[in-house]
Amino acid sequence: MSMIFGVPLAVLSGQLLIGIINGAFYALLSLGLAVIFGLLKIINFAHGAMYMLGAMVTVLMFNALGVSYWVALFMAPLLVGAFGVVIEYFLLRRIAGQDHIYSLLLTFGVALIIQGVLINWFGVSGLRYAMPDMFKGGINLGFMFMPYYRAWVIVAALLVCFGTWFVIEKTKLGAYLRAGTEDSQLMQGFGINVPLLISLTYGFGVALAAFAGVLAAPIYSVTPVMGSTTLIVVFAVVVIGGMGSIGGAIITGILMGVIEGLTKTFYPPASSAVIFLVMVLVLMFRPSGLFGKEA
Amino acid sequence: MTMMKKLLTSAIASTLMASGAQAAISNDTVKIGYLADMSGTYRDLAGPNGQSALEMAIADFGGSVKGKKIEIVSADDRNSPDTSSSTVRRWVENENVDMVAGMVASSVSIAVSKILEENDKLGIISGSAASSITNEHCTPNHIHYVYDTYPLANGTASAVVKEGGKSWYLLTADYAFGHSLESDVRRVVEANGGEVVGAIRHPFPTQDFSSFVLQAQASGADVVGLANAGADTTNAITTASEFGVTQSGQTLAALLLFLTDVHALGAQTAQGIQLTTGWYWDMNEETREWSDRFMDKTGVRPTMVHAGIYSSTIQYLKAVEATGSDDAQTVRKQMMDTPINDMFAKNGKIRIDGRMVHDMYLAEVKTPAESKNEWDLYKILRTIPAEESYRPLSESKCKLVKN
Repeated sequence: MSMIFGVPLAVLSGQLLIGIINGAFYALLSLGLAVIFGLLKIINFAHGAMYMLGAMVTVLMFNALGVSYWVALFMAPLLVGAFGVVIEYFLLRRIAGQDHIYSLLLTFGVALIIQGVLINWFGVSGLRYAMPDMFKGGINLGFMFMPYYRAWVIVAALLVCFGTWFVIEKTKLGAYLRAGTEDSQLMQGFGINVPLLISLTYGFGVALAAFAGVLAAPIYSVTPVMGSTTLIVVFAVVVIGGMGSIGGAIITGILMGVIEGLTKTFYPPASSAVIFLVMVLVLMFRPSGLFGKEA
Repeated sequence: MTMMKKLLTSAIASTLMASGAQAAISNDTVKIGYLADMSGTYRDLAGPNGQSALEMAIADFGGSVKGKKIEIVSADDRNSPDTSSSTVRRWVENENVDMVAGMVASSVSIAVSKILEENDKLGIISGSAASSITNEHCTPNHIHYVYDTYPLANGTASAVVKEGGKSWYLLTADYAFGHSLESDVRRVVEANGGEVVGAIRHPFPTQDFSSFVLQAQASGADVVGLANAGADTTNAITTASEFGVTQSGQTLAALLLFLTDVHALGAQTAQGIQLTTGWYWDMNEETREWSDRFMDKTGVRPTMVHAGIYSSTIQYLKAVEATGSDDAQTVRKQMMDTPINDMFAKNGKIRIDGRMVHDMYLAEVKTPAESKNEWDLYKILRTIPAEESYRPLSESKCKLVKN
């Protein structure tokens, strides 16, 4: 068998694929953050909590009402997104225009409250969520066993990522959004309801996180703390990609998944640190991020 | 003049207090500090419910000892040795805490026991796993009560090797506890004629195990051993089942599983997994009676750690009562001289190195058909006698043991 740095090629291909799958999660999560920061200039530290809420809502809807995975895939982002709109309307709106640090602290506080309350209710051991029947099993690719569900994760995440990028960068609605955040008074003069647009954008960014949460529910243990560890990594991804760059967030997400996957193969103990190492390097040589515009 | 007087009186008072400490209860209070992960990944196995177990023990003891009141303070250790060290330093140096209970992450226990030794206070560790806590890290100031990695490896690993699982691949949590468990598993596997063909040290905590599971599959080992705990273990088991580890002929061995982990996985996913435990709620009338009371208070069934916190607190208070002192060395000596016979252990003994040795149990997770309710999860396959379970003193590297 051919070897690369002492690792069989077959193992390496498997790791690359796994890296892409995890990267798809990072892409989805960092995309939501990039949308919220890029358009609203809010540093959303509640993003991890919203991801967790997406997963929790999926499990709870199933346990209480028997809501299926497919319905949850739409319902959970919708519910969590609506919750996001409420947060935007009652809290974030009041500190609009202030320094970034205010929105960072506010959303961080919101995240801690949500997480704390859910820990009190459900503990941290995790809730059970069975894999949907149609995704049970997998296919042998020769170099690895590929569970059907992981293949679905790539497809679903990339579709949603591409759709989001397309709407914001290529459609009229996206143009309104970008213009509204650039000069809201002028846009309001044109008769566009900018506050509503902002609420909906925050809700949408949050819904993206919740969507990632639904995707995660069958494969990770669903606990109130699942968002807190993921959040920090995702922030690093956004910083590497360039704050606010939507396409950058997607590409960097996948890239970081792959780099992390390779580290897990060649030197596992460093796998939780490698993304931050990349972040440090990027900040040293290209402070505005790989895809960010020079300030 | 008044200044001088004040200084003199306080100097005399403190000398009196210091000399009186040997034979009396300091500050007229027995103060217990409960330190555990209250909000992170190890919350459920000890956490707030461990504090309930501690409160049950104090209430059952009557709320006071020798007429002196018993107080509790508690803190979240955040799974951080640094945070825990500063908390415990404050407790023992400024707040007159006599004994620290709970303690989960092994790195926390090792750090805290050093501070207890400096200040000559007592620690009773119920949550931690690393066997090094009473080996190279032993101090005359702590007791390790419930279990450690040595019997976990002895129980589970030797059972799996004897069933034919000769080659092992280990997924190890990369900190004190994981390292300790890994070395204990290596010893047992090799002693029984098996071999460890590879090991990965994964960061703590890790959410996505797919990459590690894939490497374990590629290794072709008979057994994939999980030398981790809590959410790391449940995530690894979930991912292993998704990637068809057992279908492809490999055995999954979880070296440390708590009742709360198995409950989270459910009998459907966890069925057939063998594990070693220090205690199970449904073993006999005594354990059931206590567990029912615990469940009335907390809403869940107790883990071995909860039961250990209760039992060790009662033992501690009995020793304080018998000696009339809360001095660490006096109490520890009394606890060593008293065999433990209660709902937690039969004929348990605290050794000079601080290890409480008692019978351990090899259990198997029931199938959904066997399990009558959500907490009816284990069947006990074998009792592992105390002397067979724990590291013999003749192999000890503890400074208190003369070898």
